[in-house]
Amino acid sequence: MKQAINRIWNPEMECMDIDVRREMQSQKLRETVKRVYDNVEMYRSRMIDAGITPDDIKTVDDLSKLPFTDKPDLRDQFPYGLFASPRKDIVRIQGSSGTTGMPIVSGYTQQDIDDWTEMVTRSVAAAGGSDEDIVQVTYGYGLFTGGLGLHQGASNVGAMVVPMSSGNTVRQINMMKGLGVTMIGCTPSYALHIGETIREMGLDIKDFKLKAGIFGAEPWSDNIRNRIEDLLQIDALDIYGLTEICGPGVSFECLEKVGMHVNEDFVIPEIIDPDTLQPLPYGELGELVFSTIGKQGMPMLRYRTHDLCRLHPEKCACGRTTVRMERIIGRTDDMLIIRGVNVFPSQVETVLTNIRGVSPHFLMVVDREGSTDRLEIQVEVTEEMMGDTISAMQVLQKEIGEKVKSTLGVAARIKLVDPKTIPRFEGKARRVTDNRIL
Amino acid sequence: MYVKQISVFLENHKGTLAKITQLLGENGIDLIALSIADTEQYGILRCIVPNAQKATQVLRDAGYSVRETQVLAVCVEDEPGGLGNILNALMAADISVEYLYSFVRSTGKYAMVIFHLDNIAAGESVLREKGVKLLDLEQIRQL
Repeated sequence: MKQAINRIWNPEMECMDIDVRREMQSQKLRETVKRVYDNVEMYRSRMIDAGITPDDIKTVDDLSKLPFTDKPDLRDQFPYGLFASPRKDIVRIQGSSGTTGMPIVSGYTQQDIDDWTEMVTRSVAAAGGSDEDIVQVTYGYGLFTGGLGLHQGASNVGAMVVPMSSGNTVRQINMMKGLGVTMIGCTPSYALHIGETIREMGLDIKDFKLKAGIFGAEPWSDNIRNRIEDLLQIDALDIYGLTEICGPGVSFECLEKVGMHVNEDFVIPEIIDPDTLQPLPYGELGELVFSTIGKQGMPMLRYRTHDLCRLHPEKCACGRTTVRMERIIGRTDDMLIIRGVNVFPSQVETVLTNIRGVSPHFLMVVDREGSTDRLEIQVEVTEEMMGDTISAMQVLQKEIGEKVKSTLGVAARIKLVDPKTIPRFEGKARRVTDNRIL
Repeated sequence: MYVKQISVFLENHKGTLAKITQLLGENGIDLIALSIADTEQYGILRCIVPNAQKATQVLRDAGYSVRETQVLAVCVEDEPGGLGNILNALMAADISVEYLYSFVRSTGKYAMVIFHLDNIAAGESVLREKGVKLLDLEQIRQL
């Protein structure tokens, strides 16, 4: 494997003393609160309703006094309601279609674009990227922030960018091999697909120059990371972001692979209890909430991501002092409560991908019999799982069942089903059918 | 002298078996022998066909999970105690029969039985020493 080297793009900001950073965050937070109070009707009226004025927000510790912002607010305020800069200062729109069909958009001033670029640049550098590199951007270009976001970061680091956008895997692979691409950015599932296609095409990964990949826009696991690293012979790093905040680069992994460094000079992360909405201490699992600091076009205060994870403040071996986010374990709206236990589809995926040959295609079906919840997990039978005896199949079923129980903390009935019968949706599989009438 | 058997995973639905046999039929694949092991939820169809490779491909293309296994095609004397003799010989050699099933076809004096053993090589020698007749795929086709 070619060696990627840890590079810190902006040591001053990324390795800043945490007390100094906190001071800086407080300062930028005060400015942001004032900016939205003066310019955005929704924030002003909510703060008035909550009985607070910008003067009540003095430090980061006062953050929890502020009201939350959530996705429906972006829909209600579409298109310009949340903009805090005059239209003429907005130089870019990015957006997402949203699953309900109503678009949400975010507006950027030139300063916002520059800041976002800086955030992604740090991610590219953390993956070893420099002006020596050739970066293939396989995220989609357009309103979606993935393509342009990574493009800006890779350009800023001085790399040669190949703006492929998504799709046409064979062409992607030919370009990658022909140009001697050293880094790639796409979704983890597409990275897997590229790796598998390289094998199917009968090509040898040794003939490629890839050394690192920056993968995001969907949740993944260490098992998927291992498979990508094995197939592509690279370091596979995670990147996190959302359009509402800026796009990819809100946080990113370094080569230590121990969580994603949050760009704390641009955003302040919090973890809250999704039920009580109270802030939780570092290390606890809860919903991730971000406030932008310094953003001009469309600042976000206490934006609820509905992503569940933990934050860790300990200094990383790479030298960065920024707080680290664990992988997203699930979504608050994905979370199932089965017999009182919180269960996430991502846990089932981890269990299944850990058992050799077992298909990661599954469907969780929850029913209620009398007053008891019953969980069934349907798993597609692959050829690697196939035995020619019922007892071999039952051994496998039992193994899955036991591992599910020990990981989830609830028992599930494991049902083996025909291959390719669990419906697949573009990119994101629907993994839960909840038949309970609660 | 092993024979290739193919096994197919089938969920327990109405018509599953009809669908798969029809698929094989349409592709000119003859079922020489078959057996089904099943549970309430699913079953495993095991069969001997003239061309296992082709059958496997046809089934895979149709989306089935298929596995190939080596088995023995044994000529068992078609008289009381015929099967017992063979099983005793295997037992004496400490070879377990994981499953067996008989042929759709038979030849006068013999019943044809497919054996899946935990140790196929040892099983083959034991049966040969006993003078038990084993058939290869070519001979099976001729039946």
